Amino acid sequence: MNLMLPDSGLLFWMTIIFAVVFFILAKFGFPVITGMVEKRTKRIDDAIGAAREAETRLRSLAQDQERIIAEAQAEHGRILKEAAEEREKMIVAAQEQARAEAGKILEEAREKIQEEKEAALRDIRREVAVLSVAIAEKVVRKELSTAEGQKEMVDRIFDELS
Amino acid sequence: MRKMLVIFIALLTFMAHPVFASGSSEGEVDVAEMIFGHIGDSYGWHITEWNGHHVTIPLPCIVHSSTGWHVFMSSKIEHGHEYEGLFLAEDGRYADKIVEIGPDGSQVRPFDISITKNVASLMFGSALLLIIVLSCARWYRKHDALEKAPGGFAGLMEMMIMMVHDDLIKDSVGPDHRKYAPYLLTAFFFIFLNNLLGIVPFFPGGANLTGNIAVTMVLALFTFFAVNLFANKHYWKEIFWPDGPIFLKCPIPILQVIEILGMFTKPFSLMVRLFANIMAGHAMILGLVSVIFVAARIGPVIGGSMTLITMVFGVFMDCLELLVAFIQAYVFTMLSAVFIGLSRQGGHEEATHDN
Repeated sequence: MNLMLPDSGLLFWMTIIFAVVFFILAKFGFPVITGMVEKRTKRIDDAIGAAREAETRLRSLAQDQERIIAEAQAEHGRILKEAAEEREKMIVAAQEQARAEAGKILEEAREKIQEEKEAALRDIRREVAVLSVAIAEKVVRKELSTAEGQKEMVDRIFDELS
Repeated sequence: MRKMLVIFIALLTFMAHPVFASGSSEGEVDVAEMIFGHIGDSYGWHITEWNGHHVTIPLPCIVHSSTGWHVFMSSKIEHGHEYEGLFLAEDGRYADKIVEIGPDGSQVRPFDISITKNVASLMFGSALLLIIVLSCARWYRKHDALEKAPGGFAGLMEMMIMMVHDDLIKDSVGPDHRKYAPYLLTAFFFIFLNNLLGIVPFFPGGANLTGNIAVTMVLALFTFFAVNLFANKHYWKEIFWPDGPIFLKCPIPILQVIEILGMFTKPFSLMVRLFANIMAGHAMILGLVSVIFVAARIGPVIGGSMTLITMVFGVFMDCLELLVAFIQAYVFTMLSAVFIGLSRQGGHEEATHDN
């Protein structure tokens, strides 16, 4: 049976046509397609990698953000606390200062009062002395207006002196 | 749905084919002739018979006989006509081939590279393959393939190409797959497309191309050369000094003989597998269809019921053939890839040592 015998004409044409088809497709057909698909696959892989990287970076950014917020909150609290302390301190200092100032003023006032008092006392004393001299003068003048009075006086003074 | 319709129409036309064929043999159904006429080759492309006339597309015959080159249409030598001393042999060694009468009176076959039905089908299939793949490749040139994937037909082709490329070639050939991928892809799509065209029963298809031993032989030879021309040292060492007991290879080279035989049996098995599968598929479908005409002669009841059964079987067989068309292309490509992979394997550590 000639089914199993390859026909020379068909062999000839098949070799030529298949070689031509193979040449054309190997040059302009399959490598273009497979190359492009592989490039696209690589690009997709790269994109996935980049996305993953971006995700991790985003996650770390979020963590940073949280950390920064926490830090800021801590700072905020600390500053508030410090401000409160400072305020307390200032109030205390002001009070002390005011107290000291008040004391000083009181002291000065007291001294002044003392001085005024002494001055007043001195004036009073002088006034009293003048008055008493004047009174004494009047008294003496009255007593000495008579001769017996003058004599008694001289006697008493002699008594006192002896 | 559309595909099913196409298959159904295809099947109907397939059945129509033998209807007219049976008419010519005066009521007698010559199943064997019909089947072998189909799965063999012919100078003209017989399409159908209409009102007692054969509708045949004449194809050019190119013959170099003792009187030089002759180029003529096959219609010139139909029905026993003689043209420039050339005619179709009735029977004998060269039955249905162009012969001339030699000096000793016997029939001599001239050098014959006619565009036969199979060659025409081969040209058509190859042109179709080129159009399909190049138009697909054109899409990639026209578009920014890095940004988007093709849709429609180019997308289908991309899917198939990458399926063959990634699942078959990359895995089987190994690291040098880039070098062999174009050949293996060409082989796959060539076989697959021509298998499918073979199932299409009407004009541009229907030729039993991949079920022809000459075609599968060329394909197997390409694989043979792809395996042996680029094989590495390790491959040749495995052939001429395989692992095994010394006494099996030293005085009488038994293992070497087996290995060298193996070099040829591998492509031979490829050749026969593809040829036998496709040829048998065609023969089976034709045989089933012939049952209708054989049964019709027995009686209307048997004929009618047999027609129904045969229709069901015919649909089944056609679906099976669609499967076989793919499987055989797949198997041929996979085995070629495996053979190539074996010829490149194992030498990589040696190659790195050498470098």
